[in-house]
Amino acid sequence: MTETVKNTALFLGVAALVVITGFMQSWNSAILIVNMGLISAIMAIGVNLQWGFAGLFNVGVMGFVALGGLAVVLVSEPLSPEAWSAGGWGIVLALLLGAATVFAAVMATKRMPKGRNRALTVLVVLIAGFVIYRAVFDPNVMAVEAINPAAAGNIGGLGLPVLLAWPAGGLLAAGAAWLIGKTALGLRSDYLAIATLGIAEIIIAVMKNEDWLARGVKNVIGLPRPVPYEIDLQNDPGFVESAASLGLDPVTASTLYVKLGYSVLFTVVLLVLLWMAQMALKSPWGRMMRAIRDNEVAAEAMGKDVTRRHLQVFVLGSAVCGIAGAMMTTLDGQLTPGTYQPLRFTFLIWVMVIVGGSGNNFGAVLGAMLIWFLWVQVEPLGLWLMNVITFGLPEGSALKSHLIDSAAHMRLLTMGVILLLVLRFSPRGLIPEK
Amino acid sequence: MDLLNAFVALSNFVLIPAIAYGSQLALGALGVTLIYGILRFSNFAHGDTMAFGAMITVLVTWWLQSMGVGLGPLPTALLALPFGILGCMALVLVTDRMVYRFYREQKAKPVILVIVSMGVMFIMNGLVRFIIGPNDQNFADGERFLISARDFKKMTGLEEGLAIKSTQALTVVVAVICVALLFWFLNKTRTGKSMRAYSDNEDLALLSGINPERVVMYTWLIVAALATTAGVLYGLDKSFKPFVYFQLLLPIFASAIVGGLGSPLGAIAGGFVIAFSEVTVTYAWKKVLGYFAPAGMEPDGLVQLLSTDYKFAVSFVILLIVLLFKPTGLFKGKAV
Repeated sequence: MTETVKNTALFLGVAALVVITGFMQSWNSAILIVNMGLISAIMAIGVNLQWGFAGLFNVGVMGFVALGGLAVVLVSEPLSPEAWSAGGWGIVLALLLGAATVFAAVMATKRMPKGRNRALTVLVVLIAGFVIYRAVFDPNVMAVEAINPAAAGNIGGLGLPVLLAWPAGGLLAAGAAWLIGKTALGLRSDYLAIATLGIAEIIIAVMKNEDWLARGVKNVIGLPRPVPYEIDLQNDPGFVESAASLGLDPVTASTLYVKLGYSVLFTVVLLVLLWMAQMALKSPWGRMMRAIRDNEVAAEAMGKDVTRRHLQVFVLGSAVCGIAGAMMTTLDGQLTPGTYQPLRFTFLIWVMVIVGGSGNNFGAVLGAMLIWFLWVQVEPLGLWLMNVITFGLPEGSALKSHLIDSAAHMRLLTMGVILLLVLRFSPRGLIPEK
Repeated sequence: MDLLNAFVALSNFVLIPAIAYGSQLALGALGVTLIYGILRFSNFAHGDTMAFGAMITVLVTWWLQSMGVGLGPLPTALLALPFGILGCMALVLVTDRMVYRFYREQKAKPVILVIVSMGVMFIMNGLVRFIIGPNDQNFADGERFLISARDFKKMTGLEEGLAIKSTQALTVVVAVICVALLFWFLNKTRTGKSMRAYSDNEDLALLSGINPERVVMYTWLIVAALATTAGVLYGLDKSFKPFVYFQLLLPIFASAIVGGLGSPLGAIAGGFVIAFSEVTVTYAWKKVLGYFAPAGMEPDGLVQLLSTDYKFAVSFVILLIVLLFKPTGLFKGKAV
C-alpha cells in the first residue's frame, strides 16, 4: 500500500502548494492556477497517450491546442448570414476544390505506372488545381473580409452553446492529426518530431493570416461563456445575500463563483478523460500499445498492424489536446493566435509528462499541476531571489536593474533544469509506470 | 533590354537574398547533420546554440565598438566572431560533459537524447534571454551596401536597380571559407578522417582504436564554430532576436533532412533548396513577369503564390515530399 500512500501524498503536496498560494497571495490567483492546471493536465493526458502508451514523439501539441481554440470561435460565435451569402460558400467551394486537387494528385501517383507520364500528370493536376483554387478562393475571401472589417470580417460561427465547442475542438484536432499521421507516421521517430513541429507552426500561421476564418491577429474577443457573468451575479439580490452570509463582498464573491464554476466543469472533463485513459491503459488495446512501444518488430511479427495502431493513438491523443485547447479558449473568453508559443504550449507540456511519469496517467496529471504551479510562481520567486542577491548593490546600478528586469526569464531556465534533473536522476518520473 | 531588366529584378529580389539565406541555412544544417552523424540524435537545441554564440559576439562587438576598434568598411562583428566561437565552444563542451555524456555512456535511445536536448534548449533559451533580453539588438556597422540600387542604375543605365548588401556578400564569402575549411578538415586530417569513420560505422571505428570521446569533443567544437558563424551571419543580415533563432530550427532541420541527415554535402545542398523555394514561392512575380508579357497583357495581381507568412509551410512541404519519395534525402543520408 506504500505506493498509494506515496502518490496520495504527492497529490496532497501539490494541493497544499495551491492552498498556500491562496493564503499568501489571493484565492483568486490560486483558483486561476488550478483552472489552468486542470487544462494542462488534460493536455498532458493527451501527450501521455501518444508518448507514454505508444512512444510517439509529437512536438506539435501547440497546433492541436490552437485548433481547439479555433473550434470555439467556429461553433459558438453568432451566425453571420451576410458573410455566408457574400462569399462563405465560395470559400468552402474553393477549399473543396483544393482538397479534390490533392486527392486527384495522390490517386494519380497511386494508380498510374511510374515514369515520366505520371510525373507530368501529377504536375499538371497540381498546377491547374492551384490556379483554379486561387481563382475561386481570392475574390470570396476579399468579399467576406470586406464586411464590417473593424468588428467582424470573418465567416462567423454556428451560434451553438459553447460547451459543444469542446468536443468539436477535439474533432477538429483529430481530423488534422489524421491527415498528419497518414503522411508522417511510419517514418522514423525524429522525422515525426520535425513534421509535427512544422505542422504546428503552419496551423498557427494559418490562424494568424486567414482573417476570414477567425479574424487572424485581430483576435476574436467576447466569446460566449458557459458560466454566468460577474456583473449579472452582482446584480442578483439572492447572490449578494448569500455572499454576505459567507462574509464576502459581492465583487470578490462573484469572481470566485465564476472561477469555481470553471473549475467544476474542467474537473468533470478531466475525470472523464482520466477514467477513459485508465480503462484504455488496462484494456487489451493498452497492453498491445505498450507492446508495440517496447518492441515494434516483435509486435509486428505477432500480427499487429503497427502503423494503423500508431495512427489511432496519434489521433486520439491529439483530440484530447484539442479538447483542452477549446477549454482554454473558453476560459480566456478570446482567441488570440499571436499568443501561441511553442515553448509554452508544446515543450512545457512535455516537461509536465516527463516530470510526472510518462506512461502513467496519474503521473501526467500530477506533473501538469506541479509544473504549472512552478511556471506561474517561478517569476515572483525569481524576482524575490534577484532582490535578495542584489541587495548589497547600490541603488540604480546597471547590473542591479538588469538582473531584476531579467528575473522574468528565470522560467525557461528553471523548466530546463527541472527537466534535465528528472531525466538524469529519476527518468521514470514522480509516479512511474507500473 | 527587357530581358536584362527582368534578370536584374530577379537577382535583386530572389537570387541574391536566397543565396545569402541559403548559405546561412547551410551552415546551420551542417551543425545539425554533424551532430546527427556522430552523436546520432536530432539536436533541438541547435537554434539556441546559434543564438548563444551570436549573443556573445554581439556583446563583444559592443565592447569593441565602445573602445573605438573597428574594421573600417567591414562589420566589427567579424573581429568579435572568434570570441563568440570560443564562448559557444565552452558552452557546448560544458553541456556535453554535464548532460549528454551520461546518456552516451548509458547507450540511451536516440529519442531520449532528443528529449534531453529539449531540456538543454530551454536552458540555453533562458540564458540568452536572461543575459541579453528578448528584444531586437542591432550590432551591424561598417559599409551597408556593396552596390546600392542607385549606383547600379547609374552605372548600367538599366531601369531596375541591383542592390547587394555588404552583409549578403560577406555571408557568402564567409560561408564558402567555412565549408572549404570543414571539408579540408574532414577529408585530409587524421581527426577528420576518424570522425567520418566513426560516423560511418561506430563499432569498426572503435575496433581500429579511435577514441570516441575525442571524436565527440571535436564534433562539438566544430558544431559550435559553425553554429556561431551561422548565427552571427544571420544576425548581421537580418537582426539579432533570440526567438527568431528558435524558429530557424524548422528550416534548418528541413535542409538537413532534405539533403540527407548525416551527409555534410547534403546539408549544403538542402540549405539552398529550402532557401530558394522559400524565396521564390513567397515572392510577388508581378514585376519580373511584366517584362516578359506582351504589352497590355501584364498580370493584374501580385502573382504571389503564397503570402510571406507561410514560408514555414514551404520548407515543410518540401520536407514532406522528400520524406515520402526519398526518405534518405537527396544525398544518401543515414536512416537509422
